Amino acid sequence: MMDIVYTIWLRNIKRYLRSKSRIAGSLGMPLFFLLVLGFGLNSVVRIPGSKQDYMGFIVPGIIAMTVMFTSVFSGIQIIWDKQFGFLKETLVAPVSRLEIMLGQTLGGATTAFIQGFIILVISLFIGSGHHATISGFLIASLFMVLIGLSFTAFGIAIASKMEDMHGFQLIMNFVIFPIFGLSGALFPIDSLPGWLQSLTLVDPLTYGVEGIRYGLAGLSMVNPFMSLVVMAGFTLATIALGTVLFRNISI
Amino acid sequence: MIEVENLTKKFEDHVAVDNISFTIERGEIFGLLGPNGAGKTTTISMLATLLKPTSGTARINGFDITTHKDEVRKSIGIVFQDPSLDEELTAYENMDFHGRLYRMPGNVRERMISELLSLVELAERKNSLVKTFSGGMRRRLEIARALLHEPEVFFLDEPTLGLDPQTRNHIWEYIERLNKEKEITIILTTHYMEEADRLCDRVAIIDRGRIIALDTPERLKDEIGGDVVTLESRDIEGLYAQLSKTAWIEHIEPHDGFITLTLHNAERHIAEIVRLSSTNGIDIDSISIHKPTLEDVFLRLTGRRIREEEADIRDRMRMMHRLHRG
Repeated sequence: MMDIVYTIWLRNIKRYLRSKSRIAGSLGMPLFFLLVLGFGLNSVVRIPGSKQDYMGFIVPGIIAMTVMFTSVFSGIQIIWDKQFGFLKETLVAPVSRLEIMLGQTLGGATTAFIQGFIILVISLFIGSGHHATISGFLIASLFMVLIGLSFTAFGIAIASKMEDMHGFQLIMNFVIFPIFGLSGALFPIDSLPGWLQSLTLVDPLTYGVEGIRYGLAGLSMVNPFMSLVVMAGFTLATIALGTVLFRNISI
Repeated sequence: MIEVENLTKKFEDHVAVDNISFTIERGEIFGLLGPNGAGKTTTISMLATLLKPTSGTARINGFDITTHKDEVRKSIGIVFQDPSLDEELTAYENMDFHGRLYRMPGNVRERMISELLSLVELAERKNSLVKTFSGGMRRRLEIARALLHEPEVFFLDEPTLGLDPQTRNHIWEYIERLNKEKEITIILTTHYMEEADRLCDRVAIIDRGRIIALDTPERLKDEIGGDVVTLESRDIEGLYAQLSKTAWIEHIEPHDGFITLTLHNAERHIAEIVRLSSTNGIDIDSISIHKPTLEDVFLRLTGRRIREEEADIRDRMRMMHRLHRG
């Protein structure tokens, strides 16, 4: 079981480390957000009921965003494998689809975690997160791992249902961006009107963002334990969904 | 080695494989010959457990393809019609990935990989990324990879599609060598009749999901009886009316723009065919005589040529696809 999962994981990591342009490219947007929003709004925005500056507030949000986008992309990558024929090579081998799916999920989550970690390190240099403790970092890392696992599995689930990359734009605009936008990555959900707030509370990424923010900034609008339970549950649910849909993938 | 029983695959709007049955002996090279869209790849996909049959079943190496998938998968190696390599990995890494998926122990894996890469003459390029490989090199690597876990049955789906004649010859030699040295059972699909003719011990001609003939290439061609003469003319009807009365022509069939005749000692009768038509004022644009090929067999059985226009276009597009990526 684990040998096959490791094999698939290893392929993902090798591909990741080889695509320097992809690593750099996918760091572009979060860095842009961090610099433009962070520095741009730092002096004008105050977070109600907190001494935290805006930069410190959005760093966890940008990290969550990086991890989520990278992992959804990694999951959706199996469409390329489908189109370029490589998926057949794995499906015809005497291994179960569960093993393939878990290997892909772990591979995607690992690369997403590394990407998020790079942003975390960069944000330390621009003066945020200084107050975080070792245990705070560990808590943030735990939530990054959960976001990585759940959204890679989510990407695999989507990819299993898609024939080609044509539907990708649709998914980005109507699923991925709303999940990001509603998550409270960029603004405190406390200050939203009630109806919008309840929308953010059904967005799983909200709990990921809040978890990371609790770890790095010691600030959270949701009980961190609650965040952990929701994220863990969401991870299990997406892995189950991804496994079921991937099992029925047709090539 | 392979027993196929009433295998059928229906898609929503059509029947891709229609109730086919055949048996393949150990060590045989068996060919599925037919035009694109005849159901060859669908058949292979079912035998390789990638597609679930609508009805019927097959046994490979004694294992049922629907109930013992893993045992079947361990018994087979497959080279797909379309490329299936990871281009971002090296030749060695592609092989290594495969070996790990088939749970080969490390030392065996290493030994077999270098042995097979030498066999397909890629040992020197083993650390190059696959995206730098030509179409022929990729095909060779895919063949080597599919052999890594020492399968008993080897599937080749259109192994030389889109390759130049020299590379094609090269691949044919590998296939023949494999069959002799490793005594491996090979099942290949093709729409190149010369490929089926040269490589296969037996050929099943498949059209619209059905097997319409199954025998050795020699016996299939013998069925034609005599030499094949193809005449091109603008007046097919007149020519047909004239020649169909001739006693020494054993078989005559009009087609769109040409007529095929079968007769013995064709060389001696050509002059007479020309004389007959010119006295009746019919122009013949071209004449060719050849020994029967599997193409003639297919034409006789279906009234169509294997390589229809549409097939050519699809081939060319595939080839361009390959070139673009190589």
